[in-house]
Amino acid sequence: MQVILAQALLGLNVGVFYAMLSLGLAVIFGLLNIINFAHGAMYMLGAFIALIGYSYLEQWFGISLQIGFWGSLIVAPLVVGLLGIVIERTMLKRLADLDHIYGLLLTFGITLILQGLFANYFNVSGTPYPGQPEVLGGVLNLGFMFFPTYRMFAIVFSLVVCFATWYVIEHTRLGSRLRAGVENPQLTQAFGLNVPLMVTLTFGFGAALAGLAGVLAAPIYSVSPLMGADLIIVVFAVVVIGGMGSIMGAILSGLALGLVEGLTKVFYPPAANTVIFFLMVLVLLFRPAGLFGKEK
Amino acid sequence: MMNKVLFAIMLVAGLVAPFLAYPVFVMDLLCFALFACAFNLLLGYAGLLSFGHAAFFGGAAYIAGHALKVWGFPPLLGILTGTGFAFLIGTVFGFLAIRRQGIYFAMVTLALAQIIYFLCLQLPFTGGENGLQGIPRGELFGLIDLRNEVTMYYLVFAIFLIGFGIIYRAIHSPFGEVLQAIRENESRALSLGYDVDRFKLLAFVLSATMAGLAGSTKALVFQFASLTSAHWQTSGEVVLMTLVGGMGTVFGPVLGAITVATLTHELGSFGSWVQVILGTIFVVVVLVFRRGIIGEIHHFVEQRKAARASADND
Repeated sequence: MQVILAQALLGLNVGVFYAMLSLGLAVIFGLLNIINFAHGAMYMLGAFIALIGYSYLEQWFGISLQIGFWGSLIVAPLVVGLLGIVIERTMLKRLADLDHIYGLLLTFGITLILQGLFANYFNVSGTPYPGQPEVLGGVLNLGFMFFPTYRMFAIVFSLVVCFATWYVIEHTRLGSRLRAGVENPQLTQAFGLNVPLMVTLTFGFGAALAGLAGVLAAPIYSVSPLMGADLIIVVFAVVVIGGMGSIMGAILSGLALGLVEGLTKVFYPPAANTVIFFLMVLVLLFRPAGLFGKEK
Repeated sequence: MMNKVLFAIMLVAGLVAPFLAYPVFVMDLLCFALFACAFNLLLGYAGLLSFGHAAFFGGAAYIAGHALKVWGFPPLLGILTGTGFAFLIGTVFGFLAIRRQGIYFAMVTLALAQIIYFLCLQLPFTGGENGLQGIPRGELFGLIDLRNEVTMYYLVFAIFLIGFGIIYRAIHSPFGEVLQAIRENESRALSLGYDVDRFKLLAFVLSATMAGLAGSTKALVFQFASLTSAHWQTSGEVVLMTLVGGMGTVFGPVLGAITVATLTHELGSFGSWVQVILGTIFVVVVLVFRRGIIGEIHHFVEQRKAARASADND
C-alpha cells in the first residue's frame, strides 16, 4: 500500500507537468488552431535558462550575477514567452491562412534548431541543476510516508498555476474576450477587440507556461537538450485522449494520466513508458473525439 | 512529358551511379528515396500528414533483420517478411489514425509510432540501444553473392524501381484520382458517394508497406537495423525530404531525399549543428518554399505555358 501511495504521488508529480504542457497546447490550439511542436523545446529552454542563470552567467557572459531558483521562476517564463511572441509575429502569422499542418511543421523545425543548439554546448545525458533552494530541501513527513519537499512544492505550485489559468479563462472579463476570439474571430474583431494581438499574447502565454514547467522540472530531472522531446510526444497522446476542446479537460487528463503512469510503474514497470499510448488507442476506438472533446 | 524526361534521367543516373560514387552511399540514398516516395503518397496525394512513418521504416528493418539473422531466411524473403510486418502495423495504425483528422491525425501517428520505438528499444531480440547487428546479406536465389557491393547495388536499384513503379501506378490510377479528390475536399468526395475512410486506409497501408520495403532493404544493405531509423526524428526527416523535393510531385521526394541525405552525410562532422541546419531548412521551406524544388519547376513551366498561350491569343 505504501508503495502504491508513493508511486501515485510521484505519478501526480509527473502529471502536473503533463497538465501544464497540455494546458498550454490547448490554450494555443484554441486561438491559433495549431499544435505547437516546439512546446517541448520551450520546456527544455525554460530548464536551461534556470541552469544558465544559476551556473554560467559569469563564465559565459562575464556578468557577475546569479539568478536563483525564485528568480528563474520569473525570468524563464518571460524569456520563453518573448521568444514565443517573436516566433508568432515573424513566422506563424504568415501561415495563418494555410493548412494548419504547416504550423506544426514550422514548429517542428524550430524544435530541431533549439535542440541542436543546446546539444552543442550541453551533455545529452543531462546536467544536474544545483540551485534548488534550501527551504525546499529535505523531506516532508506525510504521516503515512516521507515525500521530498521540493516535489510537493512543484505539485502544489503547478496546480495553483493551472487552476488560476482555468479561472482567468473561464471566469473573468479577459477570459470571456479570449473565448469570443476562439468562437468567432471575425465577429470579435468587428466588436473592436484586437484579435491579432490576442493571438500573439496567447501564443506567448502558452510558451511561458512551458518555460515555467521547465524551471519547475529542473531540480527534479537533470537538465538535458532532449528532455522536452521525450515529454512532448506523451503530452500529444494526453491531448488526443483529453481532447482540446476544454481547458479543464486538458488539466484533468494530464493529472490523471500522470497518475496512471505512476501506478503502472508499480504493477508492470516495462509498460510504464507506453501505457499512455495504449490508453490513447482505447480512446480512439471507443470515444474518438476524446474524453472531453468536441471535434474542431 | 516532363515526367518522362525525369524518369529517363533517373534511370540512367541510377545505372551508372555505382561507378561514380561509393555504392553503399547510393544505396542509402535509394532507400531514403523510396521511403520519401511512400510518404509522399500519403501527404502529397491523400493530404494526410503522418508523423510516425519511422515506425514502418525502422520496425520493418528490425523484423527483416531478425528473419535474415536468426531464422536464416534468404535475402528476398527476409525483405518480404519485414515489408509484411509494415503492412500489418500499417493496417492497425491506419485504422486507428483515420478516426481523427488534420493535426490530430499527425499526433496520433506520432504517438503510435512511439510504441514501436519503445518495443525496438526494449524487446529481448533487438539489441537495445545498439540496434540489431550482424545481419547476413546472404546469396540471392542461393546463387549470387550479395557481399559484392555492385551486385548488391543493382538489387537495391531494382527494388527501388519496383517500389517506385507501384507508387506511380497507384497515383496515376482512378484510386489516385479519388485520393486527390479527398485531399481537395473531403466532404465533397464523401457526398459523391466515395467511401472516404476506405480510400484513406488503403493509401495509409500502401504507404506504410512501401516504407517498410525501404526499411527492410536498408537493413540488408547495412547489415544493421538501427534504433535511429525508428525514432521520431526519422519521421521528421522524411517529411523534410518530401517538402524540399516537392510534395504531391512524382519525382520530388526522390530529389528531396537525395538532397537531404547528402547534406546530412556531408555535414556529419559538425555534430549537433546538423540538427540546427536541418531545422533551419525546415523553417525556410515552410515559410517561403512550400512548392519544393520540383514543384517550383512545374510552376515555372506552367506559367511560361500560360504566358505563351495568352500571347498567341493576342
